[in-house]
This record gives sequence, structure tokens and C-alpha cells, in this order.
Amino acid sequence: MSIERGVILGRMRSVIAEQLEVDPATVNEGTTFVDDLGADSLAIVELVLAMEEEFDVAIPDDQAEGLKTVGDAVTFVVAHAGEKGTPKKAAS
Amino acid sequence: MSRRVVVTGFGAVSPCGLDAESTWQSIREGRSGIRSLTAFDTSDYASKIAGECVGFEPERYIAKRDLRSMDRFIQLAVAASAQAVRLSGIAEDDPVKLDTGTLIGVGIGGLAYIEAMDKVLLEKGPSRISPYFIPATISNLAPGQVSMRHGLKGPSFTHTSACASGAHAIGEAFRGIVHGDMEACVAGGTEAAITPLGVAGFAAMRALSKRNDEPARASRPWDVDRDGFVIAEGAGILFLEERERAVRRGATIYAELVGYGASADAHHLTQPAPEGEGAQRAMRRALADAQLAPSAIDYVNAHGTSTHQGDLLEIEAMRAVFGGHVSDGLWISSTKSMTGHLLGAAGGLEAVISVLALRDGVVPGTINLDHPEPSLRGVDLVPHEARRRPLRHVLSNSFGFGGTNGVLVFAKA
Repeated sequence: MSIERGVILGRMRSVIAEQLEVDPATVNEGTTFVDDLGADSLAIVELVLAMEEEFDVAIPDDQAEGLKTVGDAVTFVVAHAGEKGTPKKAAS
Repeated sequence: MSRRVVVTGFGAVSPCGLDAESTWQSIREGRSGIRSLTAFDTSDYASKIAGECVGFEPERYIAKRDLRSMDRFIQLAVAASAQAVRLSGIAEDDPVKLDTGTLIGVGIGGLAYIEAMDKVLLEKGPSRISPYFIPATISNLAPGQVSMRHGLKGPSFTHTSACASGAHAIGEAFRGIVHGDMEACVAGGTEAAITPLGVAGFAAMRALSKRNDEPARASRPWDVDRDGFVIAEGAGILFLEERERAVRRGATIYAELVGYGASADAHHLTQPAPEGEGAQRAMRRALADAQLAPSAIDYVNAHGTSTHQGDLLEIEAMRAVFGGHVSDGLWISSTKSMTGHLLGAAGGLEAVISVLALRDGVVPGTINLDHPEPSLRGVDLVPHEARRRPLRHVLSNSFGFGGTNGVLVFAKA
């Protein structure tokens, strides 16, 4: 795993933990949003909004539908991070 | 013999307490729940006081991840309903749940969430709006959330009639059970409109008290120095049940709901009709529905909001309906003197108070009634302190903007 990917995964864990009220330690790249985290369609939309805010990316609906696992989301962010401009937040 | 409806549970979250019994205790002791408003900065506001549910912790009733899908008015309804369902003792697997309705009145809806999302829309654009915005703000998600949480599969919807919403919801639940559409119902009202826009709106109507330096003395129904109502929030919920069924399962019956009357003034946006004519008809209908003579009512929990005109017209309407009984044996008080005005939740909370008054034989007082209107001499408005009295029947009035009236009559169990 690249350093960048590891950092993104860490931030992704925080976003997911905050949005879905789960223990970040239980979230890894293979975790699925629907089956493992119990997110319904509205929760996923809300989560995508939070990812867009955190990573300053735009995740179009057709792309968002393809994000089944946490790893899928990390891959998307690694490929598109900062495309909208300078990230607003530092990694926390 | 028509079906009868009894109260087998109740719940409340109010400025006077975070559950029904603590609210009732506070009201029996004549303690005001009105304080300086803390929900937002009131520097630019003429009215800076409110009845807030200080210390309400929705997390005690709702998983944290679900909170974002509910505006505060829904959270309050969920909490009060959970209390009522629990007190009813209905078993988790009781088949009555298939025929248990959820009718919860809401006057305004999710104002705080609407204001927050409008800010997002203006500052960040439509793509930033939460997918929970609509389900968190629309009124019927109060009963909807309650139905989901307890698996109650009877009719579920909201009655919206401003400050009579809670009373109408309970009245219509009563009708539904008598008619056989339901066997039981979680019914009442909820409201959370103490927001920048909500307070500005009522202030613009010049409806709110400006006694900012004496919050606990601001709500003073029938007092010559009253200057408007005090905005409040909360929820008041009854668990209503068909009587035979409640008796069969050995439920504790706290009171019986025996009459309901509704009417419209067809007169004005906000002013009651002359002589309280619409209120008169609603009270007459409720008494006829209960098959009671006016003299059978021992106590009226009045609408009594602490506004100039409304307070007087309500008593005028009562004089027309009750005749000499108004000044001979009838006790009338306004618990809004302590709770403030819970708007769409008022009728729900006051129904809970009426039930507890019957249960305990205690009539709550009208606090702050230092100088009653001279025209009301001879009317027993139960000034300052609660009094004991064995009660047979209690009538509860609720009136709303738009000239809508709802009246409930409860009987001792």
C-alpha cells in the first residue's frame, strides 16, 4: 500500500465512523457499505457527500453506485483527490 | 353499546420536565419552565424568552446514527411516545400492534432543519443538500418514526391545525378506535419551533411576550399585565386503547376519553370569532359527544395562552356554553402559565395533564395571576397554586390560528 493510500484510508475510516457510528477499527478495505456497515440508500448518499467534503472530490452518482467497498472508495479518491482544487482540510 | 376508549399510557417531554411524571410534579408545584432563550443569539429579537426542553438528550431514545434523519420535533415525539408505549405495558409481540395507529399532530414541522439546509443551499448549492432533509422535516415522519420504532401498523398520519394539532390528533384517534379502524393508538402532538425563523415569525405577528427580564412571570393568562404568549417546545402523547381490550389484558386505566368536538371559526387568520363562537360550538359538540351536561365538568384546562383577546374570548365562550356553572363550581386554569405555549404539541401535553389531574384529583393552578381581568370576577381561575378536588370530568380546550378548534373531554377511570 502506498503512503498516500494509507493516509486516505485512515481519513476514510474517520469519515465512515462519524457518519455511520461504527468503530473505525472494524473498517478496512474489504468492508462493504451495505452488507457490513448496514448503510441504506440514504445513508450512502449522505456518506458520499461527506467523502466529497473531506477529500474535495466530486463523486458523480454513476460512479458512486460502483463504490461497494471501502477499498473502492479509497481507490476513487486516490485517482481523483484534489481535482476540484486545493484540499480544504489537512489530514487529521 | 358503542366502543369506549381509555388511556393506558402517557408520555411527555416539556419545559417543565423531561418525562410525564416530572412535568406533572413541576406543574402541581406551580413551577415555571420558562427561561431566557438559549437556542440561538436573541440580540436582535424583541422576545428573548422561551420554554425550552433543557437537558433533553435524544440519545437516550434514539441511536446516534439515526439522529441526523430527524429534526428535533421528531426526536421529541419519539421520546414521549416511547414513554407512553412502555407505560401501556403492551407486549413486544402483542398482535394489537397490527391495529395500533400513530396519529401525532404537528403545527409547523422541521423548521430548524429547513433553516440549516436553506443556508447550505445558498452557500454551497443544491448538490450539498442532505438526503435526510425531506424525511427529517416533513410532519408525518413524527408518527412515521414512532410506527417504525414500535412496529405499530395501524393508520399513521399527522393532523396539522396550528395550536390545536395535538388535540385534533387525539380526537381523531378516539373516533378511529370507536369506529373500529383501530384497537389502540399512540396519539398526541409534538413541536420544536424555537428557531431564528420561528421566533421571528411569531414576533412579527406581535404575538410574543417581551417580559424578557422576568421569564418565569411572562406567561400570565387572564392577568391584566399579560403581553402575549411565550413560545415553547415539547411533545405530549397518550396511549389510547379500546376499553374492553384494556380491561381483558389487565392494563392500568388512567382515564377514559369520552368526548371530542371540532369546529372552525370561518372568521380571521389569527383572531378568534366574536364571542368565541367557534370555540362555543366545539365545546358543545364535545359535551354532546360525551352525553354530558355542562355541569358535569369539574375542571377546564383552558387554551389560555396569555394573549389579550384570546384569553377573554375563551371565557366568554365558556359563559355561553356553561352558563352559571362558570362562576359556580367550575374550576378553570391555564397550565400554559407554567409550560408556555407548545403550539402543535399543546393539546397533546394538556391532554396528559388532564389525565393526571383526574388520576390524582389535583387541579393545577394558573401561576402569575396577580391581577385578574376585572371582567372575570367570580370565575375561579385557580390562581397561583394547585388545589385538590375529586374530579369526575375534565374538558381541555385547544384553539389554533386559522380559526380551528379542538375540544376533548376526559372522565375519571
